[in-house]
Amino acid sequence: MGNKQTIFTAQQLDSYQDCTYFTRKEILRLFDRYRDLAPQLVPLDYTCQPDVKLPYELIGSMPELKDNPFRQRIAEVFSDDGEGNMTLDDFLDMFSVMSEMAPRDLKAYYAFKIYDFNNDDFLCKSDLEKTLNKLTRNELTEDEVRMVCEKVIDESDLDNDGRLSLEDFQTMIVRAPDFLSTFHIRI
Amino acid sequence: MAMLIATWKHCVYVFSTGLEDEVDTFQEEHERERHRGKRRDGERAKKKKRGNGEGRKRASRAGREEEKLQARREKKGRRKKSSSDQEAEGREGDEADQPTTKSSKAAKTRKNVKNEKTRKVEKEEKEDEADDEERNRKRKKKHGSNKKEENVEDGNTVKEKAGEVKKKKHKKVVETSSEKETSEEEDNEEEDSEEKEVRPETLTPEELEMLKEAVDERKKLIQGLRGKPWAMKKKLVTLRESQEFVDKYEGALGKGKGRKLYAYKVMMTKKWMKFKRDFENFKTACIPWEMKIKEIESHFGSSVASYFIFLRWMYGINMILFCLTFGLVMVPEALMGRPYGTIPRKTVPRAEAPSAMDFAVLWDFGGYAQYSVLFYGYYNNQRAIGWLKFRMPLSYFLVGVGTVAYSYMVVIRTMARNANESGVGDDNSFNFSWKMFTSWDYLIGNPETADNKFASITTIFKEAILEEQESRKDDNIHLTRFLRVLANFLVLCCLAGSGYLIYFVVRRSQKFALDGLENHTWWERNEVNMVMSLLGMFCPMLFDVISALENYHPRVALQWQLGRIFALFLGNLYTFIIALMDEINLKREEENIVKFNITTWEASHYNISASENSTSPPVTIQPADVPRGPCWETMVGQEFVRLIISDTMTTYITLLIGDFLRAVLVRFLNYCWCWDLEAGFPSYSEFDVSGNVLGLIFNQGMIWMGAFYAPCLPALNLLRLHVSMYLQCWAVMCCNVPQERVFKASGSNNFYMAMLLVILFLSTLPAIYTIVTIPPSFDCGPFSGKKRMFDVIQETLESDFPAWFSKVFSSASNPGLVLPFILLMVLAIYYLQSTSKSYKEANVDLKKKLQTMNNTKVEMVES
Repeated sequence: MGNKQTIFTAQQLDSYQDCTYFTRKEILRLFDRYRDLAPQLVPLDYTCQPDVKLPYELIGSMPELKDNPFRQRIAEVFSDDGEGNMTLDDFLDMFSVMSEMAPRDLKAYYAFKIYDFNNDDFLCKSDLEKTLNKLTRNELTEDEVRMVCEKVIDESDLDNDGRLSLEDFQTMIVRAPDFLSTFHIRI
Repeated sequence: MAMLIATWKHCVYVFSTGLEDEVDTFQEEHERERHRGKRRDGERAKKKKRGNGEGRKRASRAGREEEKLQARREKKGRRKKSSSDQEAEGREGDEADQPTTKSSKAAKTRKNVKNEKTRKVEKEEKEDEADDEERNRKRKKKHGSNKKEENVEDGNTVKEKAGEVKKKKHKKVVETSSEKETSEEEDNEEEDSEEKEVRPETLTPEELEMLKEAVDERKKLIQGLRGKPWAMKKKLVTLRESQEFVDKYEGALGKGKGRKLYAYKVMMTKKWMKFKRDFENFKTACIPWEMKIKEIESHFGSSVASYFIFLRWMYGINMILFCLTFGLVMVPEALMGRPYGTIPRKTVPRAEAPSAMDFAVLWDFGGYAQYSVLFYGYYNNQRAIGWLKFRMPLSYFLVGVGTVAYSYMVVIRTMARNANESGVGDDNSFNFSWKMFTSWDYLIGNPETADNKFASITTIFKEAILEEQESRKDDNIHLTRFLRVLANFLVLCCLAGSGYLIYFVVRRSQKFALDGLENHTWWERNEVNMVMSLLGMFCPMLFDVISALENYHPRVALQWQLGRIFALFLGNLYTFIIALMDEINLKREEENIVKFNITTWEASHYNISASENSTSPPVTIQPADVPRGPCWETMVGQEFVRLIISDTMTTYITLLIGDFLRAVLVRFLNYCWCWDLEAGFPSYSEFDVSGNVLGLIFNQGMIWMGAFYAPCLPALNLLRLHVSMYLQCWAVMCCNVPQERVFKASGSNNFYMAMLLVILFLSTLPAIYTIVTIPPSFDCGPFSGKKRMFDVIQETLESDFPAWFSKVFSSASNPGLVLPFILLMVLAIYYLQSTSKSYKEANVDLKKKLQTMNNTKVEMVES
């Protein structure tokens, strides 16, 4: 640890490494990325836990997120206040889950939360419609959207309650061949 | 002392039960969050009973502590809530308080009152309770007042700074969240007293065992922490608590002695992990053409990209084949074998010498090209060459066998992997769900690609809808059947016609060859290759037209089309091979005559030199003047090389004319034409995935067939694939339009692989047949002078290995052993197949059961 960095204490870094899928260097780099979003807001000293939150507008403008149709949901899910305003902890958490090292179960859990637009812990028809419209930029007709949503529920709803629970979602997603390769942000 | 031990036992118990909850599933976590969310909606009172089942155990044991704890926790929750009242949804950061939320004293007292009322509500939040209980235990002896705790909490930041100095106390520094009830001084006291308390000798073995388990579980928790779906704050708290615990009790277990070793081990694991990750990154960075393929994928969808991925995969295989032949056959012969011109087989014959350097001759792989390492005939039958004593003939034979064996292995392994990937679920059981939830590529970070992705996802959905609808409709069955029979009849006629044409052309070319090639035109010399290429080009188009009659579902139609083209290519190839066999037989007859001539020639020569003067040195004969046999192996190699070259040329030329020229014409003539060329008749061409894949497969088949007789083939193929990668990437991006109906390629992947396997088998068949049955030429190639090519194995066994080895080998190869072995393998295959079948059935059964069970559950709930 001959490296001189005064942003975190060595213990902070260690615990961040235990809590995320990142190495020390990556954590520092992520901090830089975080700080670059708003250099005037984020202090260079995190040893005393400053209470800094970056607003969603800044988080959503990162090149990694700005073309993602679900960027708002991602920020909301990972932020502490549920509105997309992120502390450094939330920020690290988000990219840790989206990193390629994160296991399938963890990713599936958060993917479920991302697609659960109304936070009712089920993917109901309105969630599916929203997802589909975001994916296709509203280019499908209403009939088509309805049909696709019906098909999805038909396929994945194992307990027949007309909506997808987390279990349904997980059984479906663990078999998906390209879930791991697509649910992944490289930073 | 007894009391202390009792307390301690109790705490260990509480602790381990707490852990059970802690190592919970995601669902439970999820449930809990759900309740929290609902609580926020104000239905708090209803859920008193929630989680009681899990909590009961602990509650009975540690009821008092728990209540206290919950009270504290609840209070904190309240405070958090008051600080962000407006949030109606989203995650609540559990009991996370900002250290800097300096709440006023008034607020605290208010919360305390509230806290009393809602004390029991918070049963759900138990994932942290274990930790809290541990702390609770510490606090049990003193009367920790809430007030004091609050004060401590507020002063936390100060203490953290102080804690930094003391490095040995881990936790004090890491404290980042709200749960810092104990002050530093208290902690110190606590730990000191605890360390006094927990001495191994005072514990019974069971207690030690329990403690050990608890420590181990903690460790496991620390390791798995990053995989928990918790907010960072909670993770940090849990981490701190666990580390504290482990630090404290590990020493008691005597593990502390090996701490250095342990630390070293931990460091090494970390390093290893990092190395592995770096290596993975490096490996992905090494995959060539990734960006090109990604770009094509974003424009044309996964099916066109699948062709390029297949091409890249083929390139990889050919790279290995090339390395084998180049490194073990061509280079050793060129470096260590006798140089050019020393022996007859390495010299251009006198008669051909004047034209040996002509371009036309070289282009046909005659002249100097023919007498070089590129072909079988150049290799010498010297057993060991160079200072390395390199066993050249053996190496040549083993490389030939290894090429085939490696190809089989790779193809079958890839097939198995594909089957695994797609075979996990029923192929289409989650068709739409997958499309919806996994089609967005979160990696996309470029607006243009994002646009393309949006478009492609829309098309994918439209296709899926179309497909769904098409599966429902049905038409006049009799008419369709009639048309299908008619179509198949027409296709058969095409196949027979093309087969006859090739046979006819090959026969004619043999006649030309007997006449001597010089007397004929370019067309007549290259007739066979040209006809084969042209047939390969036009017949698929004809099939395409015919398949319009059949009215199949597009995916089925694609497979029929592929099957037909496959039959066509195969027929052509086999006609070609049969014709070649005829030629081989002709050559061998010629060889016999030459052999006879040579003996008389040598005898006469010897007689002359002997009769002139027995003491004079024997007349040196230029190797170019020595008469030699026709060497049918080189001839076969040459044929294949020519075939590959002409095939490559046709592919490229069709690409340039059919795609590029057409695109240019359509683009520029459109300004002055009477109808819209771009939208109307000629339009731009589409990328024909199936045709291209088949072309690639057959090309590979020819490589496998000819590689034994022309070691240069893998190199040539590598070159060809390399060029086509760039050329086709460019052509696709600049002159093709996306297909109207794209079907996902992953389903047909194994179809391609299966065809490759069939081709591999069919192409190794003639090669192996020639190797095993036809004796090698007497004066060229590494096996000259032997009766059969595989005799080289026998020879090596006899001369290079101890006697017992060859004995073992010969007894192992005796039919009495081989036949039972084959029988055993067949039985094993049968067994494995039947078990896999039964597993599949069980799988389907279980799925059904799950569904019905869920149904009954829903009904029960409803009633």
